[in-house]
Amino acid sequence: MSSYNPSVPPEKKPFSLQLDPRMFEPATAEEKEQHDVMRESTTFFKDGLRRLFKNPLAVLSLVILGVLVAVILIAPLIVPYGYSQIITVNGKRDRTAANMRPLTYSTLEQEAIEAGQYVFPHIFGTDEIGRDYFIRVIYGARVSLMVGLFASLIVLIIGLLYGSVSGYVGGKTDIVMMRVVDIIYSLPDTLMVILLSVVLGQILGDSLQGTVFAALGNNMISMFVVFGLLYWVGMARLVRGQILQIKNNEYVLAARALGAGPGRIIRKHILPNCISVIFISTALQVPNAIFVESFLSFIGLGVQAPMPSLGSLANLARSALQIYPYKMLFPALGICLIVLSFNLLGDGLRDAFDPKLRR
Amino acid sequence: MLKYSVKRIILAIVTVFIIALITFFAMNAIPGGPFAKEKAPEAAVQAVLEKRFNLDKPVGEQFFLYLGNLLRGDFGISLKTGREISTTIFESFSISAFLGGMAVILSLFVGLILGSTAALMRNKWPDRIIIFLTTLFVAVPSFILATLLLLIFSYVLGWVKVWSVADQNYLLPIISLALYPMAYITRLTKSSMLDVLGQDYIRTARAKGVKDWMVIFKHALRNALIPVITYVGPLTAYIMTGSLVVETVFTIGGLGSKFVTGINNRDYPMIMGTTIFLATLMVVMTLASDLLYKAVDPKISFD
Repeated sequence: MSSYNPSVPPEKKPFSLQLDPRMFEPATAEEKEQHDVMRESTTFFKDGLRRLFKNPLAVLSLVILGVLVAVILIAPLIVPYGYSQIITVNGKRDRTAANMRPLTYSTLEQEAIEAGQYVFPHIFGTDEIGRDYFIRVIYGARVSLMVGLFASLIVLIIGLLYGSVSGYVGGKTDIVMMRVVDIIYSLPDTLMVILLSVVLGQILGDSLQGTVFAALGNNMISMFVVFGLLYWVGMARLVRGQILQIKNNEYVLAARALGAGPGRIIRKHILPNCISVIFISTALQVPNAIFVESFLSFIGLGVQAPMPSLGSLANLARSALQIYPYKMLFPALGICLIVLSFNLLGDGLRDAFDPKLRR
Repeated sequence: MLKYSVKRIILAIVTVFIIALITFFAMNAIPGGPFAKEKAPEAAVQAVLEKRFNLDKPVGEQFFLYLGNLLRGDFGISLKTGREISTTIFESFSISAFLGGMAVILSLFVGLILGSTAALMRNKWPDRIIIFLTTLFVAVPSFILATLLLLIFSYVLGWVKVWSVADQNYLLPIISLALYPMAYITRLTKSSMLDVLGQDYIRTARAKGVKDWMVIFKHALRNALIPVITYVGPLTAYIMTGSLVVETVFTIGGLGSKFVTGINNRDYPMIMGTTIFLATLMVVMTLASDLLYKAVDPKISFD
């Protein structure tokens, strides 16, 4: 028997059922090259990010939000005024410092400047009792953003838990749980928010005094409670729908056949497959929460008095609208900018991460 | 269809009942009764008052008495003005209903036109302008819009007079109420119109030589309207809550501003009555839009 030579195909043995080895040719160098991996393989997440960064509007809104967050975090360190601090010059309350126009100084401050002292400029002027308006708007934006993010987080957690249980368990549990969702869903949410804010504010009374929540005030706590009670239903429906869709896939069946428990299947197989849809919906929930907060602040059910929010600032500015229209402008612009950025970012995320929208 | 309607109507009734339940017990949970003021009346007077308003009975019985009164159209008496709440509601509601109705019509009308225009001129400049503006308007809360409109058109330019009982100018309030839903309807119409325009039956109609406007009005728009119908329920809800602030900004004495005044005065029977009234209205509107949706869309199955 001759020695084996890989470049020459072996002869076909007569009468064997074997395929003729001469039908197969060795691949040429060019053909081999085609199989080389040209680019690094991409994951779903990386691909989505790449798509997101190709969308100019989404990038713009990310930049705006980034700048906004940076300003909100840094400005209180630079500006020497507090949000509830009435301006004083050399330890004396400055009565002339009320209702100043942007970038102006009061008479007392001007005297201090002439005496060689440094007075930090009032970028947005001052409010009617002489507090620096810039820092109030900054804190207002901080409160509004925090409320938006925190409320969305509450909605996400409750909706995710409820929806996954309902969708995964199915059967009678699902029917009962979804009837509850149906009823809560048909409650008019804004009216219920108003009602519960009024009531919870009264019930809570002074019981928050001395806790970390005291600064936010009863109204904000009631708003979070209301979000926890009412707004999760949309999220729960979404999660349930996703889970119902995914749960019938073969890989879930395979996992179950291999003995995986329901917790593991939900965590490892179902949630990663619907996380993008849920995440996008959460991002779109943020502007919604900010809207509700500003609405409540506007009708007098928002944050506790010295603490500003963009909505309550806009409401306060309304009384002197003809004389100081810019006081309305700053918080109004703040709300619009935040809401617009979140809307555009949410749309961008959806276009980038939702597999159903890919063409 | 009948089974579905019955199911939805039962759900609506249950919802209204639950709203009444929540409202009643929420208001009851507030510490201090309506007659617990700084100057407490004499015990005998208090007892008579409590008997008059059924406050001496157990809470559960009070609830059903209240429910019975509601069904008879009796919402109780305002703590602040001492007037029948039902009279206040029905008087002021006519103003709000006119305002809201006009806003609904305006937003639907303009939204449909703009949405169809954007879809038909996809990726041309009218489409881009419309989408840019609607993206912008969806980000402006109605109270800010109302205030800005008031500032610009009434104070700075002086074109429109501020609302007063003598000179009832509804133009600015209607615009500030309608702009957000209009933007939303525009985007909704655009996406559903694009969806419909890509369907085979549109191509068939065009291939048969049907005129362009016929294709658009008879085949495309009618089908594109279906998703918009489902939005009518949420739209009314939005307009009603929006009118709370818009009426306050423009100092219109409608139901919305009465409600906000009630909140600021902590006038609980007023808050309760208005909440239940508005909530019932919203539930009914949602029910109507759902039923209408099922009635016009033959593709939906009635389970």
